[in-house]
Amino acid sequence: MSVLRSERRPGAYYDSIVLMQLQSALAAEPGVSAAGVVMATEANLALLESTGLRPAGAATVPDDLLVAVRADTEAAGDDALARLDSLLDRRRASAADASAGHEEDYRPRSLETAVRMLPEASWVLISVPGRYAAGVAKRALDLDRNVFLYSDNVDLDDEVALKRRARSLGLTVMGPDCGTAIVGGVGLGFANRVRRGGVGLIGASGTGLQAITSGIHTLGAGVSHALGTGGRDLKQEVGAVTALQGLDLLARDSRTEVIVLVSKPPAASVATRLLGAALETGKPVVVDFIGYPPPGRQLGNLHFATGLGDAARLAVDLLDSSTEGRKAPAESSGARGLLRGLFAGGTLAFEALQGLRAFLPGVYSNVAIEGVEPLDDPTRSRGHTILDLGEDEFTIGRLHPMMDQTLRLARLRQETADPEVSTILLDVVLGHGSHTDPAAELAPVIEEILERRKRLEIVVIVVGTEEDPQDLEAQTERLSQAGARVFSDTSEAVAHALRRHQAASEELPRVDPAALAAPLAAINVGLESFHASLLAQEARAVQVDWRPPAGGDRKLMAILDKMRGTDTDWMRRESTP
Amino acid sequence: MSLDIDKANATVLDRMTSARPMLTTVAPARDVVPGLREGLLLHAGPPIEWPRMSGPLQGAVIGALLLEGLADDEASARAMAESGEVDFEPCHHHGAVGPMAGVISPSMAVYVVENPVHGNRSYSNLNEGYGKVLRYGAYSPEVLEKLRWMNGEMASLLAAALAATDGGLDLRALLAEALHMGDEGQDRNKAGWLLYLKLLAPQIARVAGDWATAERVLAFLGDNALSVLNPVMAACKAMADAGHGIEGSTIVTTMARNGTDFGIRVSGLGDRWFTAPAQTPDGLYFTGFTSEDANPDIGDSTITETAGIGAFAMAAAPAIVSFVSGSPKDAMHATLEMYEITAGEHPQLNIPALGFRGTPVGIDVRKVIELGVTPRVNTGIAHREAGIGQVGAGLVRPPLGIFEQALLAFAELHGLSEPETH
Repeated sequence: MSVLRSERRPGAYYDSIVLMQLQSALAAEPGVSAAGVVMATEANLALLESTGLRPAGAATVPDDLLVAVRADTEAAGDDALARLDSLLDRRRASAADASAGHEEDYRPRSLETAVRMLPEASWVLISVPGRYAAGVAKRALDLDRNVFLYSDNVDLDDEVALKRRARSLGLTVMGPDCGTAIVGGVGLGFANRVRRGGVGLIGASGTGLQAITSGIHTLGAGVSHALGTGGRDLKQEVGAVTALQGLDLLARDSRTEVIVLVSKPPAASVATRLLGAALETGKPVVVDFIGYPPPGRQLGNLHFATGLGDAARLAVDLLDSSTEGRKAPAESSGARGLLRGLFAGGTLAFEALQGLRAFLPGVYSNVAIEGVEPLDDPTRSRGHTILDLGEDEFTIGRLHPMMDQTLRLARLRQETADPEVSTILLDVVLGHGSHTDPAAELAPVIEEILERRKRLEIVVIVVGTEEDPQDLEAQTERLSQAGARVFSDTSEAVAHALRRHQAASEELPRVDPAALAAPLAAINVGLESFHASLLAQEARAVQVDWRPPAGGDRKLMAILDKMRGTDTDWMRRESTP
Repeated sequence: MSLDIDKANATVLDRMTSARPMLTTVAPARDVVPGLREGLLLHAGPPIEWPRMSGPLQGAVIGALLLEGLADDEASARAMAESGEVDFEPCHHHGAVGPMAGVISPSMAVYVVENPVHGNRSYSNLNEGYGKVLRYGAYSPEVLEKLRWMNGEMASLLAAALAATDGGLDLRALLAEALHMGDEGQDRNKAGWLLYLKLLAPQIARVAGDWATAERVLAFLGDNALSVLNPVMAACKAMADAGHGIEGSTIVTTMARNGTDFGIRVSGLGDRWFTAPAQTPDGLYFTGFTSEDANPDIGDSTITETAGIGAFAMAAAPAIVSFVSGSPKDAMHATLEMYEITAGEHPQLNIPALGFRGTPVGIDVRKVIELGVTPRVNTGIAHREAGIGQVGAGLVRPPLGIFEQALLAFAELHGLSEPETH
């Protein structure tokens, strides 16, 4: 037994073609056997009558839209009627697609309209005068778009606010004063024509980026993406928000095999944070902090370049070798806690310190080295501590720890009794004259400690050869069995330990990789030449016919700001720490 | 903060677009227009006094005083107007609108449009056609003769014909169909006019009683494509008024010109006008006339743009693109530009060539100021001297300054202009 359901919409005019389309769409709805969609003229009512679709007793006038469905059940009929609007919208949307060409050469005045015209645009390029740039960037973020901010003379406070906001939204802001970038093979702003390839770059220095990308191209390799950050990103106040996002993006980008990080000297605290994040990418990272003393030539997956040309060469070399067995990103610890190193070898301790001081704030040692705090009392560790147990204060009346491990074992117990301590770094130096079987003494203590402290990690550097009397392989084996992580290279061991000590990044949305997806689509606000350049590179682009808001009248602009719809005030909030 | 402008604007937009203007009758203005007392003349645009009135408006005032029998000749009519014996108020203060001079006097017949959704009414005078007409300031005996016939025989027959319909004519439905047939509802009304004639003709035939009367009225309506303009303007007024008076809204609910000043009113700013000198339209002129002859912008027909048609629906009317420069693409762009300053798209009135996108509706003062884009207006151009008539048609935009005034007034009302205290 079927039922008739109907709806009357007064004064809704639709062309008869639309009504016929609606009618067939409704008839195709589940559980519907027949449908009638008509303007309620006498003739149409008669038509409904003849097909058994005329609703009983409904008073209508010819300007009413009358919709009737015959359905298996009342529910099916009501469901079909409820779909009326979405069926109408669907038709409207498809018609809109068909007519999209009409809008193509329209120059929108507002960013909102540009976004409507090119919804797939993931970037907004901004090159308007500095005093307006932050406002445009803010609007772009509000519209859920990443920002390439070419403009300079943007307040530092505004930069901080924009970048924090972007980060909280899973968006990124390149710049301000970002001269160059290459996204998915398309140059934004100033960029050289370089082939696509496996090197991804992050640069706080525009010309630095251009020099390295050109160098890579000349060496026969190519660039996946080159992300600019703007010159102030690595300042203390900004905290490398964009560079950190870039590292994360490139780490996840399948096309990028080697990462290059180039900048003028960053703030020390920012450098440590950034290098730490680079360690966690699990991809080879070439670092060129121009004028910044590198902790060594290599530290784990980090390779330190001595200049722009060197950075390009290193990256290309790494590209060639990186295909074999790339390390998976280290288990991003979040372990935190403290690191303690108990070294028998003074030079090993020194090398470890050189690596650590670039990454960890507050490292203490009895070894005098720049950037590391001296320990007042060597018998008591504090913060992250690296001890050279071969120093005079420990060897008075005792044998050197390479021969006698008593003091070191006692100190190992002492350190691991501190629940704050999460990582231990030890060295074992084999060879003639050293202890005849250091692993035999160390391993049981390590086992015992790890039994107690499940999450503690003990990292051991073993120096020696398979021809040494102690037998390198046997020593390594014994220590590994006890649960230690054994390395033969200090920098590898340090890098491993460091990965456990990176400040876990706050739980913020990561930048959507769609930001780097090709084909690039972008909205340009400002310099026409950037728009022309995008089109020449076959990117889809819309140029906004931008004028200063309210003709540049500050009073009116301030009022408009206050009148802006939802959340008007985040610029101020975000810029105050 | 309790001020939620977006929400208020959404309310206004919903009220404007859900209003359903029904043309229900034609009646003498004195019987139906609220507050229209003897000795009061309504006119187009914002308030204005006699000395500042332009030629066409002064001519129309003289004509109305002669029509009402308040003056015997031009000289005595002028004297009356100058002496302050006559009061002048905008049509808009009385729910009414009129094209060009827009003068409505108590004895004139007016269209009555009802919006049953929100319960408001609006009014417009009857269109006199082309040539020497009162709305362009003509007041010769034949002008008055025609008006008397319109207010008499034609008005009674229209009233009877409308009474014979089932609840009146749905003007929004008529407009929706006309936009699909190449009208924009302001400068081009060919489709709407024929639809109007087609809806009325059977009723007129039914109620006329004698063929001669029916023929005179049908011929008059059929000779004048603007016959439908006045009811359409009243319909737009009914829609715009439905959105007026919503606290916190920045949507423009009135745009009107009196031939001297261009004025706007804003939904959230009550009955206050923001005015500045009207500009001269940029357009095409009939043979023998130039821009030297043009009067500054005049008339209430900007109510169409206010309600989301007219120049805002230019993309629907490629036949008249010569007003915007020449190519159909320019017509598209004219409408696309208006989306940038409006709060939404009309759910009932749409444009096939734009993928059935709704017309841009609800001018937002904020967007006008931010982008520096003023509303487009399609308009007829009046001769600056009374009684010569229309000399062309074209495009005009209101002065940006009146939107600035409105924004500042809004800011003051809501305490947004004080220096910040933190």
